Amino acid sequence: MATDITWKEGKPVDGKTPDGPIETRWQRHKDKLKVVSPANKRKFTIIVVGTGLAGASAAASLAELGYNVLSFCIQDSPRRAHSIAAQGGINAAKNYQNDNDSVWRLFYDTIKGGDFRARESNVYRLAQVSANIIDQCVAQGVPFAREYGGLLANRSFGGVLVSRTFYARGQTGQQLLLGAYGALMRQVDLGKAKIFPRREMLDLVVIDGKARGIVVRNLVNGNIESYAADAVVLCTGGYGNIYYLSTNAMNSNATAVWRCHKRGAYFGNPCFVQIHPTCIPVSGDYQSKLTLMSESLRNDGRVWVPKKKGDKRPPTEIPEEERDYYLERMYPTYGNLVPRDVASRAAKRMCDEGYGVGETGRAVYLDFSDAIRRLGEDYIRDKYGNLFEMYEKITGENPYKVPMRIYPAVHYVMGGLWVDYNLMSTIPGLFVLGEANFSDHGANRLGASALMQGLADGYFIIPYTMGDYLANTLPEKVDTDHPAFKDSEKEIQAYVDRLLSVNGKRTVREIHRELGLLMWDKVGMARNAQGLKEALEKIRQLREEFWTNVRVTGSSNTLNKYLEFAGRVADYLELAELMAIDAYHREESCGGHFREEYQTPEGEAQRNDEKFSYVAAWEYQGPQDPPVLHKEPLKFEYVKPTQRSYK
Amino acid sequence: MSLMTLHLKVWRQAGPDQPGRFETYTLNNVNPHMSFLEMLDVLNEQLIKEGKEPVEYDNDCREGICGMCSLVINGIPHGQLPRTATCQLHMRHFNDGDTITIEPFRARAFPVVKDLVVDRSAFDRIIARGGYISVNTGSAPDANTIPVAKEKADAAMDAAECIGCGACVAACPNASAALFVGAKISQYILLPQGQPERPRRVLRMVAQMDEEKFGACSNHGECEAVCPKGISIINIARMRKDYRKAALGLL
Ligand SMILES: Cc1cc2nc3c(=O)[nH]c(=O)nc-3n(C[C@H](O)[C@H](O)[C@H](O)COP(=O)(O)OP(=O)(O)OC[C@H]3O[C@@H](n4cnc5c(N)ncnc54)[C@H](O)[C@@H]3O)c2cc1C
Ligand code: SF4
Ligand code: FES
Repeated sequence: MATDITWKEGKPVDGKTPDGPIETRWQRHKDKLKVVSPANKRKFTIIVVGTGLAGASAAASLAELGYNVLSFCIQDSPRRAHSIAAQGGINAAKNYQNDNDSVWRLFYDTIKGGDFRARESNVYRLAQVSANIIDQCVAQGVPFAREYGGLLANRSFGGVLVSRTFYARGQTGQQLLLGAYGALMRQVDLGKAKIFPRREMLDLVVIDGKARGIVVRNLVNGNIESYAADAVVLCTGGYGNIYYLSTNAMNSNATAVWRCHKRGAYFGNPCFVQIHPTCIPVSGDYQSKLTLMSESLRNDGRVWVPKKKGDKRPPTEIPEEERDYYLERMYPTYGNLVPRDVASRAAKRMCDEGYGVGETGRAVYLDFSDAIRRLGEDYIRDKYGNLFEMYEKITGENPYKVPMRIYPAVHYVMGGLWVDYNLMSTIPGLFVLGEANFSDHGANRLGASALMQGLADGYFIIPYTMGDYLANTLPEKVDTDHPAFKDSEKEIQAYVDRLLSVNGKRTVREIHRELGLLMWDKVGMARNAQGLKEALEKIRQLREEFWTNVRVTGSSNTLNKYLEFAGRVADYLELAELMAIDAYHREESCGGHFREEYQTPEGEAQRNDEKFSYVAAWEYQGPQDPPVLHKEPLKFEYVKPTQRSYK
Repeated sequence: MSLMTLHLKVWRQAGPDQPGRFETYTLNNVNPHMSFLEMLDVLNEQLIKEGKEPVEYDNDCREGICGMCSLVINGIPHGQLPRTATCQLHMRHFNDGDTITIEPFRARAFPVVKDLVVDRSAFDRIIARGGYISVNTGSAPDANTIPVAKEKADAAMDAAECIGCGACVAACPNASAALFVGAKISQYILLPQGQPERPRRVLRMVAQMDEEKFGACSNHGECEAVCPKGISIINIARMRKDYRKAALGLL
């Protein structure tokens, strides 16, 4: 028996986007934003949580302006944030390749790639500032790939027809992050920013309706610490780890966004999750994470399965005419370069139908033999050497000789806290940047656009919109003696103690793995009403199981990684429910959200623009009460919604 | 693929000022496809089930890029496989019945926090002294107005690949941080953008390195041998040359 899924309808929310010609919206908006005088900036303190691309760039840029910045992260150094692992590249509408790229085309590709579920105004702004990002990063000494003439090189990425992706070998995220981290550390040296590593934000403190600080756990000694500020900027990344296995780093989590949601911040499109088509397949239950093989590989690698079901021959023994290059067959225009959601679903379909390869039958081949013949092994090594090396380290197989085996994996969340055009959440003074916000990517993100968005938010948007908020509100001084801080500290300590006191039989990992499998099966690549109802029921049971039967050993006043994990899994068990509700309520397929009931005869996602052309912004009502759905209608004035076609 | 039994001698230490000791654990059914950290995850599951405290070890990306994992495995930082971080070391490189010793990175500048976790914040303080180019957001010219020869850009990238893990320090008999610092300094020596701050950067970063109580480099080369990114000791030579020139006011 499955539970009924219920929610309440609320009032529409306003994204406060400017109107008029889209080309000048951001400029006209900026002209109207208030500016804080240099003398007053130093009187304001801003907390930035997270030091990924969004957080590090925001913290550095705000400190450069003269604000006092307090920067927090979980890792032992800000340089280690999850952004470091991004491989493939960052998009920018530079048109350096003379292939007719433009701000318009990047805007258009992003809106279309997102399957018409993003805000036009935001996406246009993102495309506009994209070029400044590259300028900024080059000035910082980011060693992007270059041509022999000394100018910047580009490559293409899935879902587009131009080469607009800038890259630094297969370590683009690392190099961009080290640039932003350097900028942040410069401000530390200048005394404008202070870093607080090994801290986990566990609560947002709201006073008189405004975000006024955070409560964190010091992960080294377990102390519960409070920090007050005039505004809080949340840059805590995505919650893909709710699926247990994902390409995200082990410490990526939902805790900060979820706790803010419980304090009043609306959650936008929680069910929009991106499943990346090219990851190394699962090898056993001990598996702790999945490794992405950058999408850029699809530029030179060809995806195929044997034409015969259950063909167990080694790939090199399967002759050309017995191979099905199914992406090239189904999508002749884009071929291997179709967007991620399309490629992932196609791989799933091939494996579901019995064409999958490898020990588990849940994999397809990504084959470089053609490219190696055409361009030479050295060329391939120069372009993808470190990715090939990584593949070999993990699987023990040499991809120069045998094709890679790949399978889709959870990679990125388009969903996140809802923000307006100024990147402010529904709690005044709480801004949300990067993957943590519900983002500019609609229902599906194009490759190399997350790095772009994180840096756009941090370098070029928050420095402007923050000033306007502070100048308009002139927050009164508060300090951490305020009862709101004291109450929160007590609650958090009690919560931590409760996690330690259950003393049941199951480990945090076991419960997390079970939740992950459930989410992958029912709220993953394909969803349906019945499955979502079952999922909801099981999530509730699992939550009950967690709070009565979890075992966390050790104590709270020391480094205790499993205690941290326990808190994160407890939050996933709540967020999972909202994801299932959101996926259930959206009776259409769009981008990464694929409802089996709504598909075209060819099996592609079928949108329902009449009913669902909106952002779902969910309001928390308490642990037992159904959430309230607020809609932000989406207007498409420039790109007319059409059925996406990559044929 | 057959499963293995392994004996693990793991360093346990409750806190920075507490004495540490080795504890031995036996793990059955180790799958050769597991990564080293996944093997430790399995050990921890076992310990938690027995009501014991799990072993603490730092890690995040598990892809060899964040630099958070550490561990000295059988006496070698990041283990015996060249150019591989601990998180990318797989159990297929061990044999059934092996005893594996697992210790934290040891260096005066990296105090133990707990078990296998150490404090590497000294690296952040060194970077704060100039491991960047001073350019405020918004003031950059068009990216292609700064051409960089491909060879130079590639060499800068070779240096920039350092993941800041600290294995070089742990491997060095003097616990010197020269490879880490040399790599950062070299990246900017090689790029036109790095020229204006070149003397100041090397003087300040080297001064901070000394203040953090890292030892002096005496050319053992152990650092390069264990570096998961294969950062070359050429970078140390570049730093030294620049330091000498800068100290004499010749740069
Ligand atoms: C393997 C991989 C490869 C990718 N490759 C690309 C690519 O090539 N191009 C591209 O555009 N995108 C890519 N992406 C996506 C992109 O990397 C991420 O979306 C982006 O880096 C997120 O940046 P962020 O700043 O929003 O958050 P993150 O980098 O995730 O940073 C989150 C920060 O928040 C901190 N934090 C989290 N919770 C708390 C808390 N409670 N308290 C304190 N601190 C907290 C963390 O410590 C961390 O510092 C890739 C993603 C993956 C997984
Ligand atoms: S130089 Fe190598 S060993 Fe040293 S910190 Fe950098 S990556 Fe680690
Ligand atoms: S965990 Fe990131 S480098 Fe090993």
